Amino acid sequence: MIEALEKVLLSQGLLAAFVIVGVIMLVSEAASSTLTRGRIHPSAIAIVIGLCLAYLGGRASGGEKGLADISYFSGVGLLGGAMLRDFAIVATAFDVDIREAGRAGLVGAASILIGVLAPFVIGAGVAHAFGYSDAVSMTTIGAGAVTYIVGPVTGAALGASSDVMALSIATGVLKAVLVMVATPALAPLIGLDNPRSAMIFGGVMGTTSGVTAGLAATDPKLVPYGALTSTFYTGVGCLLGPSALFLAVRAVTGG
Amino acid sequence: MIIQGVALLAFCTLAGAYVGDLIGALIGVKANVGGVGVAMILLIAARYALMKQGRLSEGLKGGVSFWSMMYIPIVVAMAAQQNVVAAVRGGPMVLIAGTLVVAVSFALVRALGGRPASPEVGS
Repeated sequence: MIEALEKVLLSQGLLAAFVIVGVIMLVSEAASSTLTRGRIHPSAIAIVIGLCLAYLGGRASGGEKGLADISYFSGVGLLGGAMLRDFAIVATAFDVDIREAGRAGLVGAASILIGVLAPFVIGAGVAHAFGYSDAVSMTTIGAGAVTYIVGPVTGAALGASSDVMALSIATGVLKAVLVMVATPALAPLIGLDNPRSAMIFGGVMGTTSGVTAGLAATDPKLVPYGALTSTFYTGVGCLLGPSALFLAVRAVTGG
Repeated sequence: MIIQGVALLAFCTLAGAYVGDLIGALIGVKANVGGVGVAMILLIAARYALMKQGRLSEGLKGGVSFWSMMYIPIVVAMAAQQNVVAAVRGGPMVLIAGTLVVAVSFALVRALGGRPASPEVGS
């Protein structure tokens, strides 16, 4: 009986991963609506659960690939691997409407650029202060401070070590969670009450889950405007992170 | 047809990866440079071209949007295979970087013109 179950889980790992992630999402949705009254977006909770499972998996296996190092859960490695990750990220660009984007105008584009550069510099600087002084690690952690997508995409492209990747993702996840939680409280202070400021907000914060969840908790009408600019943000980050930003860091650090 | 959407998405992703590798080789970085970003731009352009020709079918859209909606679950799976044990050692760094970034970003939103458009605040 158990052997037959093991065989199924091992030979059809990707399907097992669908079930695992599906259950995580279900638990996250329940936790989001009951424990946080919808204030923290389910996806943020799911990612935190994923990171916790990676910790437990890493502890149990002693490996570097979290849950994926436990053979029954190896399918998680395929589902969350580079191929499907990039595939799904590219797919999100499909919903961007160029004409709508044009209305955000120059300030929207500027906010994306500033919104990518500022966290990158802060993230890379803090990384340096904590002893991650090589260009690849600084760039990867700086990119993680941009979003938890830009971090691993950049890190994977530059061949960063897995612990730096995890730090990078953790920084991006913390950013997303803080944006979700702090936005409703800080919205009046930053004038976040109209479509234009929502577009600037989306461009500066960039983290789509943080922006959409934060705006939903502030004023649901503002969500599409913030999502519009934040959709570009990750793309701009993925474009600049492993290229211009990495070269800039390498030029500054000299290696 | 749904497969057209999936195929278009796969083509853009592959083409982006290829261009990214070429850019990497050009600037002497042993890595894929901006492949995902290039793929995104290709997909947006393809959608635009198809829309103009009236060939943007529901099936095609469905093939792409399925994967777009799988993005969060895939990110969850990605999170579940990170070396978190090693990252926990860097705890304070994550806390400082994350908090600092969000604080500065909120200040930037205000500075970039996020101020209330009208004098009356708190509507």
